[in-house]
Amino acid sequence: MDVSPVWLSIKLATVTTLLLLLVGLPLAWWLSKRRTLFRMLAEVLITMPLVLPPSVLGFYLLLAFSPQHGLGKWLHDVFDVQLVFSFPGLVLASVIYSLPFMAGPVRSALQQLPPSQAQASYTMGKSEWQTFRYVLLPNIKPALLTATILTFAHTLGEFGVVLMIGGNIPGVTRVASVAVYDAVEQMDYSLAANYSLLLFGITFLLLMSVFIYNRAQAKTPLE
Amino acid sequence: MIEINIQKKLNIYSGEQVLDFTGQLPLNTITKISGPSGAGKTTLLKIIAGLITPENGRVIVEGTTWLDTEKKINLSPQKRLTGFVFQDHALFPNMTVLQHLQYATNDKQWINHLLSIAEMTAFASNKPSHLSGGQQQRLAVIRALAVRPKLILMDEPFSALDTKTKARFTSALSSLFSNMRMTALIVSHNPQELDAFAGEEISIGE
Repeated sequence: MDVSPVWLSIKLATVTTLLLLLVGLPLAWWLSKRRTLFRMLAEVLITMPLVLPPSVLGFYLLLAFSPQHGLGKWLHDVFDVQLVFSFPGLVLASVIYSLPFMAGPVRSALQQLPPSQAQASYTMGKSEWQTFRYVLLPNIKPALLTATILTFAHTLGEFGVVLMIGGNIPGVTRVASVAVYDAVEQMDYSLAANYSLLLFGITFLLLMSVFIYNRAQAKTPLE
Repeated sequence: MIEINIQKKLNIYSGEQVLDFTGQLPLNTITKISGPSGAGKTTLLKIIAGLITPENGRVIVEGTTWLDTEKKINLSPQKRLTGFVFQDHALFPNMTVLQHLQYATNDKQWINHLLSIAEMTAFASNKPSHLSGGQQQRLAVIRALAVRPKLILMDEPFSALDTKTKARFTSALSSLFSNMRMTALIVSHNPQELDAFAGEEISIGE
C-alpha cells in the first residue's frame, strides 16, 4: 500500500492547523467583541463552510484560483503561483474550509469569560494584546485544544473541496480521502479498506483525546 | 478635585433609567458612595475608569480631562490607570496570588508589603480556585493597589470579609491611603463597614 496519500493528508492537516492558529485566534478574538453588523456579516461568511456543500465551495475556489482570470490570473502573472492542482492551493482551500472549526469554539469560549477579567487587565495599564496573551488565552485552554484537534481532524477528512481544487495528482494533491475514492473507483476494495481504516483510527484517537481531556476539565467536548 | 457631570442610560430589569450625576469629589481623601440597587453606582465607577462611555458628560481629574463627550475626548483605561476593585473580583484563574501582583508590578518590596497588608503571604502560590471568598476579595483589592494608582475605585470591596478580618484590613488600607495620598471612591451597600475610613459620603439614585 502506498502510504504517501496518508502522509500528504497529515502534512495538509498540520500546515492548515498551524496557519489557522495564526489567523483564527486573532479573528476569533475580534469576533468575540461587541456585535456589530459588520462582525455579524463576517461571522456568517466564516460559518458558511459548515453548511455549504463542499463541492459548491470547491467550485467557487476553483473559479477564484483559476489562472485564466481574476485572482488566480493575477497570482500567476505576478508571482508565478498556481493554486489550482497544487499543494499550496489545497492549503488555502483547507484554511477557508476549516476556519469555522477553529474560530467558532475559541470565539464562544472568549465570550463566556467574564468581561471584568479583560477590564481588570486594562485598568492595570495592559494593552489589548497583553490582555489577550496573558489573561484571555490561558483561560480558554480546553476550547483552544478542542478547536485545534477538530480543525486537524476535519482537514484530515476533507474530500469535496480538495478533489475540486487539487484533483488526484499522486504525491502532490492525492490525499487519503481521495485515495479511498480512487481505490473504490478502481474496484480495489482492499486498498480502500486499508486507507479507510487508517483514517478511521487516526480520527478516532484524536477525538478520544479531546473527550478525555475535556472530561478531566468536567466539560463536554463541544463546549 | 474630580469633577464629574455625566448622563448615562441604564438598562435595568424594571425598565430604562438614567444615571444623572453631577458632583465634585475631593482628592487625597476617601469618598463613600451608597445608593439602592440599580441606581448606577457600579456604572459611575466604570465611567470614571474609562470602561463605560456615557451618552453625555465630562470627567476631569486634577485639571486633566479624562472624558468630554462634546470635545470627543475619551482617555483609555490604560491611560487613566485607576485601581479598580470589581464586585465579582475579576481574578485571573490562570495566575497565582503572586502572579496577579507581578502582572501589575515588578517592585518586590511593594508586592511583599501588599501581601502582608492582606494577610496573604502564606497563600502567595495559590490560584483563585484555592482561595476562600474573603481571600479572593482581598487579592482583588491588593491587585488594584499594585499599580500604585492615584485614584482607586472600589465596588463592594469588603462584602465577603468576616468582621475581624474586615476591621484589620480596612484599618491597614486607611493608613495606606493616607500615607500614599491616594484618592479612593468606595461603593458599599453597608455604610457601617466603611466606618474605619474618614471621608465624605454621597448617595446616588435617592
